[in-house]
Amino acid sequence: MGYSGFSLLKHAVTGNRRWPDVLAEPEMRASYDIVIIGGGGHGLATAHYLTSNHGITNVAVVEAGWIGGGNTARNTTIVRSDYLLNASFQLKHFALKLWSDLTQDLNFNVMYEPRGYVDLAHSDGELEHFTLRANAMQLRGADAAILTGDSLQQRVPELDLSGAKRFPVAGALVQEAGGVVRHDAVAWGFAQNAAAAGIHIFQNCPAISFDIDAGRIIAVTTPKGRIACKQVLISVAGSSSEVAQMAGVDLPLTTINVQALVTEPVKPALDTVVNYNAGLSYVSQTSKGEFVLGGATDGYASFARRGSFERIEDVLARAVQMFPFLSRLRLMRHWSGSADIPMDGNAIMGRTPIDGLMINAGWGYAGFKATPAVGWCMANLLATGDMPDLVAPFALERFANGAEQDDAGIGPYPWLH
Amino acid sequence: MILLPCPNCGPRDEGEFTYGGPQRQLPSLDGQSGTDDWLKALFHPQNPRGPMVELWYHASGCEAWIEVTRDTGTHEIIDVATNRLRDDKQ
Ligand SMILES: Cc1cc2nc3c(=O)[nH]c(=O)nc-3n(C[C@H](O)[C@H](O)[C@H](O)COP(=O)(O)OP(=O)(O)OC[C@H]3O[C@@H](n4cnc5c(N)ncnc54)[C@H](O)[C@@H]3O)c2cc1C
Ligand SMILES: [Zn+2]
Repeated sequence: MGYSGFSLLKHAVTGNRRWPDVLAEPEMRASYDIVIIGGGGHGLATAHYLTSNHGITNVAVVEAGWIGGGNTARNTTIVRSDYLLNASFQLKHFALKLWSDLTQDLNFNVMYEPRGYVDLAHSDGELEHFTLRANAMQLRGADAAILTGDSLQQRVPELDLSGAKRFPVAGALVQEAGGVVRHDAVAWGFAQNAAAAGIHIFQNCPAISFDIDAGRIIAVTTPKGRIACKQVLISVAGSSSEVAQMAGVDLPLTTINVQALVTEPVKPALDTVVNYNAGLSYVSQTSKGEFVLGGATDGYASFARRGSFERIEDVLARAVQMFPFLSRLRLMRHWSGSADIPMDGNAIMGRTPIDGLMINAGWGYAGFKATPAVGWCMANLLATGDMPDLVAPFALERFANGAEQDDAGIGPYPWLH
Repeated sequence: MILLPCPNCGPRDEGEFTYGGPQRQLPSLDGQSGTDDWLKALFHPQNPRGPMVELWYHASGCEAWIEVTRDTGTHEIIDVATNRLRDDKQ
């Protein structure tokens, strides 16, 4: 199903009652060339680029729940590429390029809004480090600016820089190409395009076991039937350990609860994304007017998708330091997602010890921004067998050979990333 | 919100504790442990959906490390022990 001015008009005339299903329920075949496990943004983007870049359509996506029910549509929608390490930067930067054209490519409005991402530093030392990061970004061709004092106040007029604060703001790293993207539209846009090209998407259909023959993956079993296949991609975010374990692959991950909160909607007051770094609290305002807030993980292993008030209080206390007017708003909703985080806090992408079994995991609460780039690169790997340069540094083997990609330098505490 | 039953102090709010992560078995230092053993011990924590033994430090209380068996799927606390209590049980 495609959208056009004409189709909108046509369905308006019939009271929008005759729209066909966006995703039909296809008949499951006994075999596919490729099975993608997990219908989140990453899995669906991979499906889309398999058809659009490589013309491969004999593909099934199996999703345990519903499209966009996982972290894809639970995140705080922030996209940016302000990373220090080259590998981290390059993948997200490629994603920013793809985000800027994605609405056109998919003919589906994903509402990428480059409103800027303002990352606050709270000491001279931290600002030094942010300057190093900004310089690295500029050398690699990205926009990045360090703003202090009046220029920062001009950029974010609502930001409270007055008075003596426990954690004063020393300055900020600003990436103007950063911003927000409507997350559920990303899932639906990719799903719809992949399905229209002939890829089969099955909802309420978890992968429950694998068949492995002589070290090679040969089939995936689901409640809807056994699917013989040549290759499998596991892209299941918080469930990565469990699903990989079904193939005997032990991933170096801890699954941790991460929350997001929204206030009641009010008139536009904040046109950028601001991140407070003394403890973590990030704030943006949706087009509907709600303030979206997020913070650090809940701090301990959890698959419960149920957060602590502890963290909510912590996020709000910091948000109010930035924007005191927020104290007058009510929180309307809060929810959680399960974030899979390795010791170095970075993604795990590429091959596994099982032939034909690929992995995309470890994105924790930082993977939304990379969605189209992950899809592009994993499709490339599945279609050609060649390891994309953008993916190679994220190999599972990096933990064995000492090539960790630790942007934050946190130490062996996944829950502190 | 987790209420952790500290064996020394009684039920206390999670905010009083520092998380120490999943319990790990470190390989012996007798030269018999290989790269794989260390890789597993350092980078591959247990990550079950279900009961798991983990460590919590009661920072705003008795300042003891306690061992908590908690269901990571439901947050239900199944058992709690200190080193001393565990040794006494054995
Ligand atoms: C509260 C929160 C805030 C975040 N904020 C940001 C942000 O601002 N910016 C950013 O870049 N990132 C953010 N993230 C991280 C980002 O959301 C994730 O890294 C990203 O969505 C993960 O990829 P995905 O979209 O494919 O995951 P998901 O949407 O979780 O997709 C995985 C899918 O796999 C399915 N699945 C699980 N088990 C099985 C099985 N056995 N068989 C079949 N399917 C299965 C699940 O149902 C799920 O739909 C945030 C995350 C959270 C939780
Ligand atoms: Zn105590």
